[in-house]
Formats: sequence, structure tokens, C-alpha cells
Amino acid sequence: MAQDLLNSSKDDALTGFEIVVGLEVHCELLTQTKLFCGCRNNFGDEPNTNICPVCLGLPGSLPVLNKRAVELAMKIGKALNCEILPSSFHRKNYFYPDMPKDFQISQYDQPINANGYLELPDKSKVGVVRAHIEEDTGKSLHIGGSGRIAEASKSLVDYNRAGVPLVEIVSAPEIRSSEQAKAYVQELRYILVATGASDGRMEEGSLRVDANVSVRPVGSKEFGTRCEIKNLNSLRSLTQAIEYEARRQAGLIRDGKKVTQETRHYNEVTNATSSMRSKEEANDYRYFPEPDLVPLVPDASWIEEITSDIQSLLPATKRRNLSSLIGEEYQDQISLLVEIGLDELVLDSVKAGADAKLALNRVINEAAREPEKASRLAVKDFVDLINMESSNKLSATQSKVVLQEMLTSSDHPAEIAKRLGFEQMDQDSLQDNVRGVIEANQAEWGRYLAGDEKVLQFLLGQVMRSTKGRANGKEVMEIIGRLKSN
Amino acid sequence: MSSGIRPPRFGAGKGQIPSTVSELVKLVQKGEIKAQEILEVSLQTIAESDGEINSFNLVLHEQALEDAKKVDASIAKGGFSGRLAGIPIAIKDNICTRGISTTCSSKILANWKPPYDASVITKLKSEGAIIVGKTNMDEFAMGSSTETSFFGPTKNPWDKERVPGGSSGGSAAAVAAGMVPLAIGSDTGGSIRQPASLCGVVGIKPTYGLVSRYGLVAFASSLDQIGPFASCVDDAALLLDVLAFHDEKDSTSLGRDRYQSGNVNIDVSSLKVGIISNFLPNAAESCHQAVTDAARVLANFGAKVDEVDIKELDYAIAAYYIIAPAEASSNLARFDGVRYGLRVDGADVEEMNIKTRTEGFGVEVKRRIMLGTYALSAGYYDAYYLQAQKIRTLVKDAFNKAYGKYDLLLSPTSPTVAFPLGSKVADPLSMYLSDLYTIPTNLAGHPAISVPYGIGEDDMPVGLQLLGPALSESLLIKVAKMLEENNTDKQDN
Ligand SMILES: [Zn+2]
Repeated sequence: MAQDLLNSSKDDALTGFEIVVGLEVHCELLTQTKLFCGCRNNFGDEPNTNICPVCLGLPGSLPVLNKRAVELAMKIGKALNCEILPSSFHRKNYFYPDMPKDFQISQYDQPINANGYLELPDKSKVGVVRAHIEEDTGKSLHIGGSGRIAEASKSLVDYNRAGVPLVEIVSAPEIRSSEQAKAYVQELRYILVATGASDGRMEEGSLRVDANVSVRPVGSKEFGTRCEIKNLNSLRSLTQAIEYEARRQAGLIRDGKKVTQETRHYNEVTNATSSMRSKEEANDYRYFPEPDLVPLVPDASWIEEITSDIQSLLPATKRRNLSSLIGEEYQDQISLLVEIGLDELVLDSVKAGADAKLALNRVINEAAREPEKASRLAVKDFVDLINMESSNKLSATQSKVVLQEMLTSSDHPAEIAKRLGFEQMDQDSLQDNVRGVIEANQAEWGRYLAGDEKVLQFLLGQVMRSTKGRANGKEVMEIIGRLKSN
Repeated sequence: MSSGIRPPRFGAGKGQIPSTVSELVKLVQKGEIKAQEILEVSLQTIAESDGEINSFNLVLHEQALEDAKKVDASIAKGGFSGRLAGIPIAIKDNICTRGISTTCSSKILANWKPPYDASVITKLKSEGAIIVGKTNMDEFAMGSSTETSFFGPTKNPWDKERVPGGSSGGSAAAVAAGMVPLAIGSDTGGSIRQPASLCGVVGIKPTYGLVSRYGLVAFASSLDQIGPFASCVDDAALLLDVLAFHDEKDSTSLGRDRYQSGNVNIDVSSLKVGIISNFLPNAAESCHQAVTDAARVLANFGAKVDEVDIKELDYAIAAYYIIAPAEASSNLARFDGVRYGLRVDGADVEEMNIKTRTEGFGVEVKRRIMLGTYALSAGYYDAYYLQAQKIRTLVKDAFNKAYGKYDLLLSPTSPTVAFPLGSKVADPLSMYLSDLYTIPTNLAGHPAISVPYGIGEDDMPVGLQLLGPALSESLLIKVAKMLEENNTDKQDN
């Protein structure tokens, strides 16, 4: 069946259906220490080295909330346009060897952030129902067989990750395609990185995505039965899993069958989802208020102190700022610019007087190849470069070469241009040079005067050769034009 | 039916041990008596009596001796101001002691040695207390007779055919039998006050948050408090003073200043005392009598005493037996065989969990885990847990209303004197009723003290309970001391 679904064209399988997706994104917070103890929060350390009585859930140990984690959660909330609310913690009870206390401390009916939205680059908005704080679990390693638990001869558990702070961001079921889901996660990732809340590394599990997928006939107001696909750890998995799952569900409905509400696993190798457990087998988590923690009621001044600078860091804000300077029609380039983090270079340069479109072009086409280095460019130098080009002191080709040099050297563009011999010739010597070329190519000059415009390119090439490229093409044309009319 | 005989206090007939801890500490600090000598008295008494009483799960002969030597050395070196310098103390076996088994009197933790000290243990050590051993208790503090212990019951030192009460029965018995002058226990629904009452010693359940719970193996986190046992009010007050400190490791820990600010100077002649009248009808005659006698003494000092009916308290026990098991079912989930404690192997993780818990927990613990799991389950949560929380609020409000009118309340600690071993253990409901008078205090998070007051049926001791609003410990201690001094049956040895 998996093959059939893959081979059938997307349009065939989904014709007449609308995809409905809600995403749950788990984001590991970039704190020094864990959520409820002083152990290091660090990926990749030796197993079971960052542990203590608290994160091991030893009898008698008690949690103490990490202030920094709360601050990062508030930053996320603000960035997602949420209300930041008085909140509390609950226990989510289920037996799981990775979870030292056999319950997870999480926020339940009183999350710290609620009722927000995320604006995507295409200006569409996806509701954010809540973004709450919870603790991560440890990690099992199954030894023997294929590494899957059923075939393993034994299991080892690494509790370094147990108690690492997470924020779970739950979207409304307002996503309507796999592309939009991808855009949502991408945008969310930029936000989490920009606010300093996360390193955004999906491959290390810093961001983990669960997708609730359902389909319904186009035009229907009711939601179809949804399936939750767990642990999608790359954007590719996310889009493929949604595509596969939507087609699977549409196929079932088309065949007159019912979609069963269940949790499903996505296999990257087979590119298919398979059932993990149905709703009937689902755990009863027996949530109840965590008696070892007190309610979390951040006061207004603390919220203000922590979140006041958030708006300016957001990609949507940056895109808006650039669009208003450069123009709505450059939306795609602007999005890219924000994505690679070079928006400020352009914004500041334009504000300092550089030509907006030229600056945008040079950054997107040249500097973007090495965004790390480009981000270290001095705005003033970059502005000078753009000005040299727009005032014809440098040709476009020369400007690009100088910019490449600037990425590796801290020299001023004028110095680099001089070093490379890009200094433009003064009018007199350029005119002498053009005259010399005409004298040496009398036959061609005659054809040109007779009206053969094609010769112009040849003459220009000759001037460029004799000046070793130092001539400005536009000026050469002007001189030739003047000599013709004389 | 056998009858009780008062056991000797700590150090009686064994050299120059004064009758209060504060006097003893002074002697130690002056170098007039050595911590090692005091420890020797303790260990000798344990050797003589504990074979029969079974109050200790573990006695730390070598470690205690080493600690006592350290105290003696620092005193010899030039002084040591520890408030409990050289005082032997017994620790309930649900309080974590680094490298020393902490079993909760359960098979599932029979061999578990915590890698850390509870905050109160760190404090006691820094004040020079000598930890003599870990005391027996009802398994995971679930019980009122110390009979649910995996290591067998503790006997009441007054009459070894009777229970010492529980769940901190080992700590109460160790103090009552003069094996140690001080002990600590934990009180979730009366587990300090009820055994104190049944063993004829003083026990205090502090305001919730006054004493750090870090390192106390949780039974019901929102109700548990560590508190002191001693043979007199002064000693209990001294120990409480040591135990009360702010602890950053416990998010529910209160500031100590708040406790001191409760240290108001109240003139007993202007005191207003309410007797909780709805507790009296089902109390044994001697327990009822103790309240009447105490009321007369207080009235003689000029206090205004009358009866108050606080109906809401009658619902407390029902709410307690939802809330406490609900929290316990979650707190005890971690005993799954994966990381520490007993492990019984199974074909897979789930089977290992089930086998470990089936073999590791006793009947009463299982009963409460099932009760609590049920109360929190989908479809029952609102009807049970939420309803119980509402009652909890009502109880607290009713108390606070009463405290608008009275400075403190008075009741028996327990409905009866110590009952015979085995008489209630098969009937959980009758056992649960032992805590009828103590449970409401825990639901409210308020403090209460149990002080011996008179001798009741079968010559067994009777305990009187003084209850007050949050952080009123100083007042309760003051009034308890007054009653102790005017006890018609004062200890004379
Ligand atoms: Zn830790």
C-alpha cells in the first residue's frame, strides 16, 4: 500500500480533500542547567554524567524551578504573540523507564503562554493555542537485535536529558498543507534561535515535532478523525509524513473505510507511517497539581524586563522593516535575507544612504554565499562599496570582486580596489585611450560611423583590453558617442 | 488486658544525665560530660530494650561513635556551639541519610542507601547531634500502629502487647523507652502526634513549610511535615528550633523569620481556648477527661475556655483518604525496579515493573496506591479528587474562622489510648479512625502539638492536642509547657 500511495500523484489521491494539520513542537531550552536542578544541560556528554538526586527522581528529592527557563519560556510566548499568564505545574503520570519519577512535571490547564499566533513569510497566520513548560525524559538505548525494543536483549538508559527544560508549542489545527507546516516550523525555528531560547538543531533533537493530521472534503466545516505522527526530526520527514498520512486517510475515506484515531510512527526509510497505539490503548495520565511546586506568577515588571526587546528580534518584524524600505516586490529576497541573518546589514546600509536594490542584490548574490563572514562586514565599508558602484567608480564586475575580498580582509573597499588596479581612469586618459583604439581600428570605426551598431561592442572590448578592465563601460560608450557626433 | 508501666526517661539510673536536653548540651559544651559517654548510655539502653521493642531498623554503632568523637574533639580544641552538641538522636527511616540505608520499612527499599543527606540531617549534624539509628515505621508511613512495617511491628514501651501508634512508632517508642532523648518523625495525618500520645511523649507537627521536606521520602507531599519527638516540651521546642530553617531545595519552604514573628508574648490570662466539641463524643473516657482537666487548669490561670463545634472537621478524614492516596500513588510510582531498590526480573520492562511492585510493596501500601490511582482516573477525578480538595478548603476556612475567635483549639490527640497489637490491622477503617483528630490539621497546613496529659485506661498514657493557626508554634509550645507543669500525673523520675 505504501508504494501505491507514493506512486499515485498527489493530486489524484487528494483531489476533493483538504489537509488539516496541527503541530506540537517540543523545544529544548538553551539554559545552563536543567529545569528543576543544577545539573548541566548539555547535549552529547558521557551518559549519566549530568545527574543528581533531583533529576534521577531519587526518593526524597524535590524540584526547584529554574528561573532562566521561565524567562526563556516568556520570551517564546511574547515572540508568538501569546498572553503571558499566571501558571502552575501538574504531574502527568505514566510508567516509562526513561522517566525517573514515572511521572512528568508539565503545565496542564494553566500554561504560562496562551492564545497567540505565528505570522508566516507569506503573511498567513497560524494560531498558537499554548506554549507551556515541561521537563524532558532520559533516553533509552536498546542493545541487541535491530536496536528496536522488541528485539533487544537489554536496554540502557542515559538520564543526562532527564529534566532538561522544554517548551511545548501547540498550534491550532489551522495548517492546510505540508508546505505550510514546513514554513511554520522554519519560521518557529528562526524565532526560537533569534530569541536565544533554542539552538534550533532538529538533528540533535533540540526541536522535535509531532503532527496531528486529518483530511476532510473540501468545503466541509467539520474536522476529520486525526492521527498523531510522533517525533518528526527533520523538515523533510515532516512534509513527507504529512503527505503520506493525508493520502492514506483520503484513500481510506474514498474506499468507504474509517480513519481510526491513533498515534502513528513515521519511518524515514520506507517513507510511510504505521500504527503505534490506538486511542483505546492510550494512557490515562491522571493529571493532578504538582504539590512540590508553588504557582508561577510572574509580575508585570519581570515580564516587561524579559520581553521588551523581543518584537525587534522577530523575523516578521525584520521582514516588515525591510519591505517598507526596499519594496514589497522583493518579498522572497527579503525572507531569504532574514533567514540567513543578513537583514541588518542591508537595513543599516540603506539607512546610511546606500542604494537599496543594489545593496540587496550584492548581499543576496555575493555575500550570502558566506553568511558567517558577511555578518562581520562593517556597515560603513559596505555602504562605501555600494556607493562606489552606484557612482560608477566601480563596475558591477569589479564591485563583486571587491566584495569577495572584503569578506576575508578588513581593508576598506577603496584600498582593495586600488590594490586590484580597479581605480577608474580619469576622463582625459580614458579619452586618449579611446582615441588610440579608434586610430588602430580605422576600418571598424568607419563601419560604425556608417551605422553598424554591432561594431560598438568590439570597440568597447578593445578599450577594456587596452585599459586592463579599468575603464567604466558606461563612460566609454559616452565618449564614443561624443566622438561620433563630432 | 495487660496494663502499662511508665518506662524510665533517657539516662535515668545511668550516671549524671540531667533531665533536659538543654542542660545536657551545656554540660557537653563545657566538657563536663563527653558526647561519647552520652552515646554509650544510648547504645546501652538500646541493647537492653530494643530487642523486645524493635524501635530501630538500624543502629549506627561505629558511625555514631565517630561522630561523637568529632564533637568531643572540637570541644576539646576550643569550643563548639552546636545547639545539639553530643545529643543522640533517632531518625525515622523515611528520612534520607547519606550512605546509610533508608528503607521506609519497605521490602522495596530494604537495601537502598541514598547518595545524599536530607536537609534536616545536614542541619542536625552541623548542630552536633549524633545520629544513633534509623527507626521503624509503618511502610512508607502508611498506617497508625507501625504494624505495616516489613521489619515487624514496634512494641509500646509502656506495654509490649500494645502498639506504639504510627506511623512514626519507632521514633516515639525510642524516646519513650529512654533509648534517645530526641527523635524526628514525619506527620502526614497524625504520624508524629498520635504515636507521641500513645507512647506518652511530646510530638510536634509544624506548620506546613516550616521544616524542609528535602530528603523526606514522600508519602503525600502536600501534607507531609518532619517534626520532633522529645520527652518534654522544652526539648521538643529546642529540636523544632533547629529544624526550622529556610531551604532553597524545597520550593514549599517558608522563611524562618515568619516562625519567629509568631513568637508573640501572650498572657495566659487573656488566652481564648476552644475545645473542639464534635471530637468528644467518640473519644474514650480518659481522653475526654484529659481535655476537661486541661480546660480547668487553663481556666484557673484565667484563660477563657469554651466549646466550639467545627462540623467541617468531620469530613476531613474522607477528604484525606482521597488526597493522601492520590499523591502517594504518584510519589510511589518511581519504585519500578529500573534504577534502585528491589528489582524482580521479568520478560520485559512492564513485567519487571509489575513483579517488582507486587513483591516489594505490602498490603496497605498497595491498597492506598490503588485507591489513589482510582481517585485520579479519568471520569472519577472530579467526583473524588476535586471534591476532596474542596473539602480541604472548607476545613482550612473553618479552622481560620475558629482562629478568628480563639487563640488555640484543644482536643484529645487520639480517640483512645494505645490499642493491642493486631487488634485493628485487619480492619483498615477502624485503623484509619485513629487519626480522626489529627488529620484536619494536616489538611489545613497548620501546626499542632501533642503533650502527655494524664494516665488513662489500663494505665496507658493519654495525649492532649493543642492546635493553632499557621506559624503559631511558639504559642502552642508555651501553653503546652504550662499544661505539662500542671499535669496531674507528672513524671517523677
Ligand atoms: Zn540533576
